[in-house]
Amino acid sequence: MRELEGSLKIITNTGVLQYIFKGLAFTLVIAVTAVVLGILIGSVLALARNYCSGKISRIFKWLAIIYIEVFRNTPLLLWIFICVVFCPCPKFLAHKMFGLSTVEVRMLFKAAVALILFTSSVLAEIIRGGLNSVAQGQFEACRSQGFHTVQIMLYIVLPQAYRNIVPTLLSQVVTTIKDSSYLANVAVIELMARVRQIMNVAYQYNGMTTTNVSDVFVLFGFAALLYFIINFTLSCVVRTMQKRRRRPAAQTVRA
Amino acid sequence: MAGIFSADAWQKIWTFRSTFLLGLGNTVKTAVFALLMALLLGIIGGLMATSGKKALRALARIYVELIQNTPLLLQMCFFYYALAFSGHSIGIIPTGILALGIYTGAYMAEVIRAGIESVPRGQFEAAQAQGFGYLQRMYYIILPQSIKIILPPMVNQVVNLIKNTSCLYIVGGADLISVTYNFVTGASTGGAYAPAYIISGVLFFIVCFPLSTLASTWENSLKKRDARVNTAAKA
Repeated sequence: MRELEGSLKIITNTGVLQYIFKGLAFTLVIAVTAVVLGILIGSVLALARNYCSGKISRIFKWLAIIYIEVFRNTPLLLWIFICVVFCPCPKFLAHKMFGLSTVEVRMLFKAAVALILFTSSVLAEIIRGGLNSVAQGQFEACRSQGFHTVQIMLYIVLPQAYRNIVPTLLSQVVTTIKDSSYLANVAVIELMARVRQIMNVAYQYNGMTTTNVSDVFVLFGFAALLYFIINFTLSCVVRTMQKRRRRPAAQTVRA
Repeated sequence: MAGIFSADAWQKIWTFRSTFLLGLGNTVKTAVFALLMALLLGIIGGLMATSGKKALRALARIYVELIQNTPLLLQMCFFYYALAFSGHSIGIIPTGILALGIYTGAYMAEVIRAGIESVPRGQFEAAQAQGFGYLQRMYYIILPQSIKIILPPMVNQVVNLIKNTSCLYIVGGADLISVTYNFVTGASTGGAYAPAYIISGVLFFIVCFPLSTLASTWENSLKKRDARVNTAAKA
């Protein structure tokens, strides 16, 4: 019992809490950034893979396919390691900021690049699913109205595609929040890494000189709770959206 | 990109080729055992989620939500530290199998649940009316109809499982990723970053690409067949 009290003392320590919640903020910012930029890159990849079928533009199609398949079939951690070694970091970012040291900021940038590249390959396939769900008649209607290919994509096809995949995109945010924990392998920035860091020095905070099993349960349980609250809320939103969407569709079919 | 074209670095990789193959072997071994565990948990979870009993359904729901909404890395660390600090350490690879099995099991449970739920209710009732027991009903009536819906996403989960073995790195595993990292940072072997990462990536790709391609073509052909059936039914 004394051990558990000691463990609880860790997560009621204001300094520790601040440290952990800062990590949570980083996790969220990293994940949202990765998804937003991933959507941009992914859209380009999806469009290239789906519609570049001209004689010369076919090259882009194959480049997109290679990119998507390579990233989809190799683990994220490999790309984080690769980016940590090979990704250049712009000079203006190599400063102390957000309470991180220069080294950590550079590490964060490099690892984030890996996460963005990886996420964009997943998002490309999701967006492609959205593009394929747009009815063929839409293209023909646009052509007959004199729209240019770029205009068709921008004004007609992409908006419909995005609308169709909003639930899938949100559940990808959940996946990316979980994936961002991979950054813990290279730097102590986000939630997972910080909790593990506290775990390693738990004996300093729990009022005893040793680290106990109860520390493991309390600390990782606390981190799991934080992840769970955020992700579960998001998945509930996704589920309601999907349900609401299915209903009108089913009704139209019946009518 | 230091080293990509240096013959020395590639020579080093060739000399230590058994290290990489050992890592790949560990990754595949972990994945296979974790898959067996995940299938077992997935079948139990999926059957519980589709059973009429409220308590069983709730239990399956809690398992799936709890596992799917927290990172695998956290679960891996939790198991590893919890076992280590309670003095029951079972080694890194078994810990990995345990964590990966439980994690993938939650996804398998969802896949199996969706597959069983895709079979119309009338089939269950008709089977029951014909006097089939629960297991007979599942085996003879439901399984053959839902297997084609279950298998493609299941293969996708296997690909994810293989990629997720990289999680072992955080607890100091001996899987392909950890081996690669130790190789490029090792005192006597270090430096050959580009070739080592390329080899490791290629090995993963060789294992995962056929599986994920199989899953997606399978899914597409099923979709096409369904569309054909639907248009035929409408006509």
